[in-house]
Amino acid sequence: MKFPVWFHRLGSPPTFYRFAGRLMPWCFALAALIGAWGLYGGLVLAPPDYQQSDSFRIMYVHVPAAWMSMAGYAFMAVCAFVALVWRMKLAELMVLTAAPIGAAFTLITLVTGSIWGKPMWGTWWDWDPRLTSELVLLFLYLGVIALAQAFEDRRAGRRAACLLALIGVVNIPIIHYAVTWWNSLHQGPTVRVFGESTIHPDMLWPLLAMTVASKLYFAGSLFARTRAALLTQEFKTHWVQQELSGDRHV
Amino acid sequence: MSEWLAMDGYGAYVWSAYAVTLIVLLWDLTAPARSRRQLRKRRPSRPPRSTPT
Repeated sequence: MKFPVWFHRLGSPPTFYRFAGRLMPWCFALAALIGAWGLYGGLVLAPPDYQQSDSFRIMYVHVPAAWMSMAGYAFMAVCAFVALVWRMKLAELMVLTAAPIGAAFTLITLVTGSIWGKPMWGTWWDWDPRLTSELVLLFLYLGVIALAQAFEDRRAGRRAACLLALIGVVNIPIIHYAVTWWNSLHQGPTVRVFGESTIHPDMLWPLLAMTVASKLYFAGSLFARTRAALLTQEFKTHWVQQELSGDRHV
Repeated sequence: MSEWLAMDGYGAYVWSAYAVTLIVLLWDLTAPARSRRQLRKRRPSRPPRSTPT
C-alpha cells in the first residue's frame, strides 16, 4: 500500500508542527462554541427526566466522555498499527500523545458515572461488566504510557507501547456490548446510529453537540500534545531551538 | 436561578460531576505548556552563535 506524497510530507516534524499549530486554535474554538451550546441545551433547555429528574443531566458529560474514551482508543490503535507496519515515527509519537487524553476522558467517564450511580443505583461502584471493562480501558491507557517509559531504549519502549495499544483494542467491543451480552446494572443503549433512538429529541441534540465538541477538543489537545512532544523529541535540531527562542521572555 | 442550581435536589451530584470534568480537562489543556516550560529551562541562557567573521 502506498501513501500519497502529502502524507509523507506531513510526517516531517517541522511540517507537522506548523500544520498542527494552524489547526489547533480552530479545534479548540469550535469545541468551546459547540460545547457551550450543548451545555446550554443540556443544563437549561432540556426537560427533566420523568424517572431521574435533573440527575440525568450528568449524562451530558458522562456519555460524550465515554464515547470519546473509546473512539480515542480506536484512534490510538490505528496509529499503533501504522507505526508498527510502516514504521512511521509520527504515528508512533501520536500513540503516546493520544494516550493521556484518552486516559483523561476515561477518568471523567468513571468518576461522573460513579457520581451518577450513587443517587440512581444506590452505589458508587459495582463490579458490573460495563463498569469493569471501562476500568480496564483506563489501565490499558496507563499501561501504554508506562510501557513507553519502561525501557532504557526509547525505540523499544515505544514499540512495546504500540503493541499493547493494538492488542488492547479487543476491549472496545467488550465495553460496547457489555450491556447486551451480560446482565448489567448499567442501562442499555438509547442512542442508535441505525434505527430510531429511544431518547427525546429535546434531550438528544445537546448530547450530540457535546459529542461533537468532545471530538474537536480531542483533536485540539492531540495537536497541542504532539507539538510539545515534537519539541522535546527534536530538541537538538535547529528549528526547535529557533521555535523556543521566540518565547524566551514569556 | 437557585432552583436551577438545586437541580431538584441532585445539585451536589450534578455540579460535582461537571466540576470533575472541568478539572480533568484543565489538567489536560495545560500539559503541553508545562512541557514547553521544562524545555525552555533546559536551554542555555544564550543560544550558541556562529562566530562572526
